[in-house]
Amino acid sequence: MSDLASAAVERVYREHRTRMLAALVRALGDFELAEDALQEACSQALRKWPRSQVPADPFAWLLTVARNHALDRLRHAQMARTKLPQPPEPATMTEKQLIGLGDERLSLIFTCCHPALNEEARLALTLQAVAGFTAAQIARTFLVAEPALAQRLVRAKRKIRDAGITFEVPADHLLPERLQGVLTVIYLIFTRGYTTADADLRQEALRLGKLVAALMPDEPEAHGLVALMLLHDSRSAARMTPEGDVVLLEDQDRTLWDVEEIAEGMTLLDRALRFGTAGPYVLHAVIAALHVQDPVDWTRITALYSELLSVAPTPVIELNHAVAVAMADGPDAGLKLIDGITGLDDYHLLHSSRADLLRRLDRRDEAAAAYQRAHELAVSPADRRFLAGRLRSLEDS
Amino acid sequence: MHYMFLIYNCEDRPAHGDPRFEEILKRVNAFADECRNRGVFVAGDPLKPVSTATTVRVKEGKAVLTDGPFAETHEHLGGYYLLNCRDLDEALELAEMVPQAQFGATIEVRPVDHIPGLNHGVA
Repeated sequence: MSDLASAAVERVYREHRTRMLAALVRALGDFELAEDALQEACSQALRKWPRSQVPADPFAWLLTVARNHALDRLRHAQMARTKLPQPPEPATMTEKQLIGLGDERLSLIFTCCHPALNEEARLALTLQAVAGFTAAQIARTFLVAEPALAQRLVRAKRKIRDAGITFEVPADHLLPERLQGVLTVIYLIFTRGYTTADADLRQEALRLGKLVAALMPDEPEAHGLVALMLLHDSRSAARMTPEGDVVLLEDQDRTLWDVEEIAEGMTLLDRALRFGTAGPYVLHAVIAALHVQDPVDWTRITALYSELLSVAPTPVIELNHAVAVAMADGPDAGLKLIDGITGLDDYHLLHSSRADLLRRLDRRDEAAAAYQRAHELAVSPADRRFLAGRLRSLEDS
Repeated sequence: MHYMFLIYNCEDRPAHGDPRFEEILKRVNAFADECRNRGVFVAGDPLKPVSTATTVRVKEGKAVLTDGPFAETHEHLGGYYLLNCRDLDEALELAEMVPQAQFGATIEVRPVDHIPGLNHGVA
């Protein structure tokens, strides 16, 4: 019985943690209070359920116990402050309202990704509150000390409470911009998983993306982001050797690509394109879809990057555009564009792309200097090994 | 919730007689009207230049005066609005509309704190 009961607690927690937390934050207006209350409700369940019965509606049981615990704490705090025998009731929802709340997970996601929080805070909070990561896991993921990360989370939660960040899906006129903000946070989590070869983190980003897409089925950009992540993820087994060395797209063993992920990505992309308007994530996904075709249609990719430059210009997209132009029209045309980019002097991919084009133009000394610069700037060991190898083969030939 | 908009870096506003003066005046008045129409306006004023500031510190029960502002920075507080907004989103939306921001001013948005037992100037 005891094992069954704790298994029941664990199952409800695993399946419904985010929904319960969202409902409690909504009801209590305070992240930290909601988290503590949910923890307390779970430990009460672990103590009580083995001795009695697992309740008919465990979800409602946990929410009610959590709410009552939080209200007790609020009353105690008020009593200590006001020194009155009967302090006023804290203003929160009734039990009935709380149980009757719909799915508040979208409100939770939008609150965690509010633009008044800095980017690190948005990422950490989304991973903790929505994905259920521990502070220790998040600290490991972003290579920061755990106390600093915990401090960052506390500060963000208090700012949400104290600065009047409303726990809700933003109003219509703010929605497009704020949704892009949410999708950016999810994509940053994914790219972190991509650059550190962390498959679990990529899966978590995919889960988050799919959750937003399921909750906002009429937003093509949400489907576009999931398609983009699936198409990138599909190639992850092929883009590194078992020894951890980089394999370029043209050298990849295509039998290692995940055909199921490609198919799923293509289906989602089709759905996103049927809306008729293509935002940045849909355009990126179309580009990723063209990359998994054989032969790769670089002329179309060039055109898509031009379109991206007109909706959301960044130096990194300029660089990708230049590389696509080099593939479509030859290294000379690409190099001219790369040399016109400003603001990426410290980005190793700018220098490695330049080096590659210079090598193809047989300007070896300049190519060597550019590989050297890229090698100095690259951080990941795999990138550094790749660039060192390129530099050596240039000197040997 | 009450929000204080602290307007920094708007020292060199055009003086009376400057052709831009009327234009800016019109926009600042329009902003205050927008705030009143929304029912959020509590207060808002420009401050005289930082050269008029006197800073007071109390040391051993005695006032020590300094001729000048508190902080030796280039970004000085030049004015404020106090607005009663629904939430931070409304406050940030209004902060973006502050006309001074179009002329290089920076707006710091800070919620007003409520301390139990304190007789607040604002409700």
